[in-house]
Amino acid sequence: MATLAAPAGPIAERQPTDWATPAMRSRIAARYRAERNFRRLGAAALVIAASFLAFLLFTIVRDGWTGFQRTETRIEVQFDAATLGVDPAAVAGPQGQALLARADYQALLLKAAEQLGPADDTLSDAAWMDLREALMDDPTLLGKRASLWVPVRSSIDLLAKGKYDLAAPAESRGVTDREVSDWRWLDGKGLLRTGFNTTFLFGADSTEPELAGIGGAALGSLLTLAVTIAIAFPLGVFSAVWLEEFAPKGRLADIIELSINNLAAVPSIIFGLLGLAFFLNFAGMPRSAPLVGGITLALMIMPVIVIASRVAIKAVPPSIRDAALGIGASPIQVVFHHVLPLALPGIMTGTIIGIARALGETAPLLLIGMRAFVTDVPQGFTAPATVLPMQVFLWSDDVQRGFVEKTSAAIMVLMLVLIAMNSLAIYLRNRFERRW
Amino acid sequence: MNQNPAIGHNTVPKMTARDVNVFYGQKQAIKNVSIDVSAEHVTAFIGPSGCGKSTFLRCLNRMNDTVDGARVEGRIELDGQDVYASGMDVVQLRARVGMVFQKPNPFPKSIYENVAYGPRLHGLARSKTDMDEIVESALKRAGLWDEAKDRLNESGTAMSGGQQQRLCIARAIAVDPEVILMDEPCSALDPIATARIEELIDELRGRYAIVIVTHNMQQAARVSQKTAFFHLGTLVEYDDTSSIFTNPKATRTKDYITGRYG
Repeated sequence: MATLAAPAGPIAERQPTDWATPAMRSRIAARYRAERNFRRLGAAALVIAASFLAFLLFTIVRDGWTGFQRTETRIEVQFDAATLGVDPAAVAGPQGQALLARADYQALLLKAAEQLGPADDTLSDAAWMDLREALMDDPTLLGKRASLWVPVRSSIDLLAKGKYDLAAPAESRGVTDREVSDWRWLDGKGLLRTGFNTTFLFGADSTEPELAGIGGAALGSLLTLAVTIAIAFPLGVFSAVWLEEFAPKGRLADIIELSINNLAAVPSIIFGLLGLAFFLNFAGMPRSAPLVGGITLALMIMPVIVIASRVAIKAVPPSIRDAALGIGASPIQVVFHHVLPLALPGIMTGTIIGIARALGETAPLLLIGMRAFVTDVPQGFTAPATVLPMQVFLWSDDVQRGFVEKTSAAIMVLMLVLIAMNSLAIYLRNRFERRW
Repeated sequence: MNQNPAIGHNTVPKMTARDVNVFYGQKQAIKNVSIDVSAEHVTAFIGPSGCGKSTFLRCLNRMNDTVDGARVEGRIELDGQDVYASGMDVVQLRARVGMVFQKPNPFPKSIYENVAYGPRLHGLARSKTDMDEIVESALKRAGLWDEAKDRLNESGTAMSGGQQQRLCIARAIAVDPEVILMDEPCSALDPIATARIEELIDELRGRYAIVIVTHNMQQAARVSQKTAFFHLGTLVEYDDTSSIFTNPKATRTKDYITGRYG
């Protein structure tokens, strides 16, 4: 019905555009130049970022790879029942293992160390545990001689790994002349070997660097994250489902959304304060426990999971919901048959990124006591434990030289776990991603 | 205008609407519409964009329930049963009044699963063989069996647009509805796929009451026996398709049919 309006007046005739004038050419050249420069700028930024990362990785690996190794020395041990203070007849009896566990191995070690002559003070304080382990594994050794490899002191270990600058003056090189000469003597006799350190991978923390391990902290992280996932994933996903699919749109929904976005930006130490005030002081839950750490971290990453899940749920096309509703699916069936399966890759990615953040978190755990010095692998969710980043923090704080390489080695373990988790996130996303 | 909503009907209507008003918030989208839909015929809703024909269609199986702020007044009945009564089970209603949408929207699952989803939801198959039969007959009725029988486990989304839309029709048929609502089912399809869907609608006529919303007046003329013309939220004219296209009574209908606006 409508007709085009007639032009209001005469339209001025324009000259045809001349694309070959110098001004036009230089405009075009400038445009290409700007584009080239921008690409170079982007590439340069990438190179700088990559070199920072490479430098970081290089220094950590350079300092840390020896942390996976330990130097040991060979000693001949006479498993003398008298020195051990046990009765050979009783050892053969039913209480034999208990008896062997309580025997005096320190005296045995002291005797055995005499054979090292001038270097008799080079054995680790805890080398007697290796003797106990050997004898308890094979009780027939009692009364016999055996050749054993036992760990040496951290200073000898570091000397064997070449960590000291021996050309430096004695007062600044961090190691005594006695230790250097002990090491030279042992090394000269061929009594030293440096091999893979299983204690580091599977053991717990210790005051002695040569005995300290990351295993306790790794298990602590695992237990803590198990609690975190068990709480944050269902709560986060169901909050997101409710907010996206069922919540009445309005002021209340807006306020909730705003609160969640703000919660995601709250500094993590605040969650630690909350954990301290509520879980420890009010609810009386155990200090330093993975249970409390896990709940605290769950509170911290839940907003992240809610936000990621909402984005994933929102990305499911409405036509799929219509299709399911149109053949008589109930709203719950629409969510569980269609929306959640389609949103799952996105939800998983968000969750794993949240969990990776929880894995690297120290601040909130400091406040609930997870910086405790724990020499045992944690026995359960309520036992005292520490976590990987906290172990890094504790060791980096330690004055002993031997912990420097342990710190870097622990960082390597932490980063490997993080890389593994991120790879899993990418794998899951690609595996379950569906197109429509 | 709505003096005689049952105009031209000589059978018991499948669905009846009386004085239906629909509001989106403050805005009224449908004004006082009364209409009868016959079980034997294909009924077409035509009208310019934004005239409310799709909105009204979505009232018939309560798909407007999912739209925030939508409010429906008046009475809509399916076989004399009030669709908006508080005791009405929406899930069952949508099984009886199926729907095909504007854009083909198969689930990102296999062809078989797409068709089997509805029957499984409503417990229509007692065994795997039962289900196989339901899927086969639904695909046959939707004219898709020959193309799909060798690729039942392939994704429904991997098919062409026209095949996807027929899959959606098969999916709607599989729950054995009494009424099928089609909301511009061909608007996203090419002419050949459109022709195939139109043939299909003709084949399904009589077995199901079919209501189709379309922009395309030729399509309405080809597939329907009854045509309702909507304009600005009101039902302007409802009559046999042949009368509407050859001898419209209202001037607005005439103007629309002859392309004066739309």
